[in-house]
Amino acid sequence: MNPLAALGVHSLSVLRSLGHAAFFFVELMRAMPDAMRRFGLVVVQIHAIGNRSLVIILASGLAVGFVLALQLYYALVTYGASESLGLIVNLSLVRELGPVVTGLLFAGRAGTSLTAEIGLMKAGEQLAAMEMMAIDPKSRVLAPRFLAGVISMPILAILFSAIGILGAYVVAVMLIGVDAGNFWSIMQSKVDVWRDVANGIVKSAVFGVICTFVALYQGYETEATPEGVAYATTRTVVVSSLAVLGMDFILTALMFSTP
Amino acid sequence: MGKKGTETLVGLFVLLGILGLLFLALKAANLASFGGGDGYALTAKFDNIGGLKARAPVRSAGVTVGRVVSITLDPKTYQGVVRLEVDKSYQFPKDTSARILTAGLLGDQYIGLEPGADEKNLAAGDQIGSTQSAVVLESLISQFLFNKAADAGAAAPQPAPAPPAGGIKK
Repeated sequence: MNPLAALGVHSLSVLRSLGHAAFFFVELMRAMPDAMRRFGLVVVQIHAIGNRSLVIILASGLAVGFVLALQLYYALVTYGASESLGLIVNLSLVRELGPVVTGLLFAGRAGTSLTAEIGLMKAGEQLAAMEMMAIDPKSRVLAPRFLAGVISMPILAILFSAIGILGAYVVAVMLIGVDAGNFWSIMQSKVDVWRDVANGIVKSAVFGVICTFVALYQGYETEATPEGVAYATTRTVVVSSLAVLGMDFILTALMFSTP
Repeated sequence: MGKKGTETLVGLFVLLGILGLLFLALKAANLASFGGGDGYALTAKFDNIGGLKARAPVRSAGVTVGRVVSITLDPKTYQGVVRLEVDKSYQFPKDTSARILTAGLLGDQYIGLEPGADEKNLAAGDQIGSTQSAVVLESLISQFLFNKAADAGAAAPQPAPAPPAGGIKK
């Protein structure tokens, strides 16, 4: 095959898989009202996706808060601006690190388990069996998981930011001795609820949609073999991490381009 | 674990999320400090607003009493029109003056209210009469240089002063 044709084939296959994913997304959205009606299924999935991710999210948030506070203190104290530490930690967590790091962890912790679960269901022909019984696996299996992921992700990101700020408080105020009043008041005067906090939550919701959708799609379209499931699980992490990072840049440019 | 246990844990998870959100909004952001709504609006016109931005604080004697709501340009007088919202619990006399000040050497700019002595207070929608514009560093420097040049021109009519014989080292 000549290189030109190879390029054409490659582009067509990329386009085809994109179109496939878009159709999958539309069908998933169509199954959403069914999932809303059976909210019990969603609750079980929130437990599996959200509650079980809590430990890793809280631990990471705390660690990020600790380290940010330490590093920023050394940088800021040379300018006599160590009281602004809380503000910088808050803004970087609420605007960027909270949603993005939670997204990456979410892809690793919840996305992989979703892909493996759905992939094994497919490999074990459970999904086909459901279809045989006239049960739509999209509304019964996929949609509740999608909804649960989209609900859990912003909550996890909020908790990540909150515990990170508390961690920075512990290091900066309790260990180093930055003034507690200034730590909070500078934060309160410069952080806006709508511009910073709400935009961060919107970001995390978008990342929740991306991560959960990628995980479900990879699981649903996996080859029904052990290697296929392994490959799909890897792809879930790679694709959703890249998508989160890329999307974050676009969202940041849209949200925070004006001062 | 039974269904009830799962539901309770999920409820706990959501509750934790709400608590985190409240913490972010109230403790770590400005929702509690000045929510808006319970204030009255004032306007002030400045020849130059400098680097003043919307949401900048309005202070009197250093105490934050309100926020800048919006900044627009008057198309007729070419002055900057600043709309302020001042907390209802603070009343200022009618002849209060407004100045644009800078917090610290390089800090953000804010509006300082200097209370007057009038019997009547400013009401909602009133305009603050006397205002003082922001100090723009460039104009300050050029004014300084201009004065310096004028002084030099007046003091030294001869073109080039000879170097001092004693050799005063600088």
